[in-house]
Amino acid sequence: MAGSAPRASFWRRFAARRSTLLGLAFILLLVAVAAAAPIVVSVVGAPGPDRPDYAALSSFGTPTGPSLAGGHIFGVDPLGRDVFSRVIYGARASLEVALLATALALLIGVLLGAAAGYFGGVLDTVISRLTDLFLAFPAFLLAIGLASACELGKGCVGGLVHPGTGAVVFVIVLVTWTYVARLVRGQVLALRELEFIEAARAIGCSHLRIIVRELLPNLAAPVAVYATYAIPQNILLEAALSYLGLGVQPPTPSWGQMLAEATPIFNSAWWYMAFPGAALLLTVLAFNLLGEGVQAALARPVAQRVRIA
Amino acid sequence: MPAYIARRLLWMVAVLVAVTFITFIIFYLLPAVEPAALRAGKTPSPALLAHIRQTLGLQRPWYDQYLHFLDRLLFHLDLGYSYQYDISVRSALAERLPATISLTLGAALLWLAGALALGTLAALRRHSLLDRLVGALTLLGISAPVYWLALLALFLFADVTGKLHLLPGAGSYVPISEEPLQWLESLVLPWLVLAISLGAFYARLLRANLTEVLAEPYIRTARAKGISQAQVLLRHALRPALTPFLTAAGMDIALLLGGAILTETAFNIPGIGRLLYEAVLNGDLPMIQGTVLVGAIFIVVMNAIVDLLYVWLDPRVRLA
Repeated sequence: MAGSAPRASFWRRFAARRSTLLGLAFILLLVAVAAAAPIVVSVVGAPGPDRPDYAALSSFGTPTGPSLAGGHIFGVDPLGRDVFSRVIYGARASLEVALLATALALLIGVLLGAAAGYFGGVLDTVISRLTDLFLAFPAFLLAIGLASACELGKGCVGGLVHPGTGAVVFVIVLVTWTYVARLVRGQVLALRELEFIEAARAIGCSHLRIIVRELLPNLAAPVAVYATYAIPQNILLEAALSYLGLGVQPPTPSWGQMLAEATPIFNSAWWYMAFPGAALLLTVLAFNLLGEGVQAALARPVAQRVRIA
Repeated sequence: MPAYIARRLLWMVAVLVAVTFITFIIFYLLPAVEPAALRAGKTPSPALLAHIRQTLGLQRPWYDQYLHFLDRLLFHLDLGYSYQYDISVRSALAERLPATISLTLGAALLWLAGALALGTLAALRRHSLLDRLVGALTLLGISAPVYWLALLALFLFADVTGKLHLLPGAGSYVPISEEPLQWLESLVLPWLVLAISLGAFYARLLRANLTEVLAEPYIRTARAKGISQAQVLLRHALRPALTPFLTAAGMDIALLLGGAILTETAFNIPGIGRLLYEAVLNGDLPMIQGTVLVGAIFIVVMNAIVDLLYVWLDPRVRLA
């Protein structure tokens, strides 16, 4: 990736697709909205995400739908809380968890995978067997098991991981780092035998220098492709865990949790399932469009996915 | 060949034992719920709790409990009793499996057939209107969470709760042995939702692979020899393009047979996924071990089947 020519051609191919730019624009907008959630909510004139508005409940105590006059443009939930505010604040949980979990899994996976591929030996055996085993273990089930241990009760790992957003990140990293390690190990095994590595070794470069200056830059493309697929995957994983009550914990709003609350009343309060679901769909869609663009610009194949059904 | 089979079987058993060990470690070291409390009722006395711990063998050291579990499993094919309900894990699994198998196999048939047709058509007519339509719809399919699609389907098409009253909604599942017609009707919506959610990925995968294969020189050679388009497609192009398709299909079918938790939850289908989910929430270790083991068996067996399929599809592959 050194030199400006490949980089320039990457950006040219990346920017040539309208769908990619659309996805990128939506993501940037979403990040801005999530960061400025309190401002966005007050500009629209909606109450905060946790303030119940009992006047917005019908005389039977059921939530009312979207109305401009009532000040709730997406309606309210069964507790009288503003759905618009909760959808906006829900973007925070979604992005925080997915971006942080992807970054940490990449860090661990690249370090261990590169070390395993470069040094071989016992380290390689241990990491390879571990990744083999993880592939035989249904990833989503593992996530549910770990999440139940970390989210219910006092937390896990001897109380180091407390229930909440951090625990969701912990679970997703633990379940997904092996995919990265496997990918990176394979790449490093192939690169290790090439002449430029031999040349670096011949002129007396240290192992650390070879890994950091020679190997890592060549891993940028496959890792970038993996990352763009992992982020929407992790958004869906966080939402699925929250849907099952094992993810982000109330009162922090999250889209998956809202969909779970909307399930028993979906036919009487359609807005409660429609807006959080649409937000989730559009966000994942935008990241998938971006991923498609990166994949096409780098001419790299599809990365492995965690199945969530 | 016998050596290969023996090695393969040994590895399968090793993986399964390792899976039970990981499960045991996760739920023994990180229990969400005190197992004895599940059976003790509300506000139990410490003496009662101690008694229950004694009967369940919970006071013994962890390795002793694990070895006891392994011994019962390997030599008696016995998975023990649920901590929470007075029911053997084996009978609970037997009761729940048919629902999950019905759900998975029906959906698999739909998603594989649909993806095969759409993926092939899109690859043959690249950049056509059809191709772009398939591209856009499948992108929506892979981006939508399956439980949200389920809610939309119930909102639109389910009787009682939906707008159009076409099909039975959530909680209408009955075993095929009781009411075959209602079994079929109750599964149509779950099948469609699961098939759309998974099939979208397969249509995209096949389109990408087939496009790549169709650009190969040997396809040009085949065409130059005057072979018909259908023959080129069926005999030369689809075979290599189907290899990754089948790997993914084997993996997904195996995973779903081990419990389609979200789909089962959204449609309230009493399958393995629900059983596992409830067991996890309740810290019911024997039930968790049983369901996870069944899921892992499906995965390991399906991996072996997929490897055999490779040999059949691609003559260059040899078992070693």
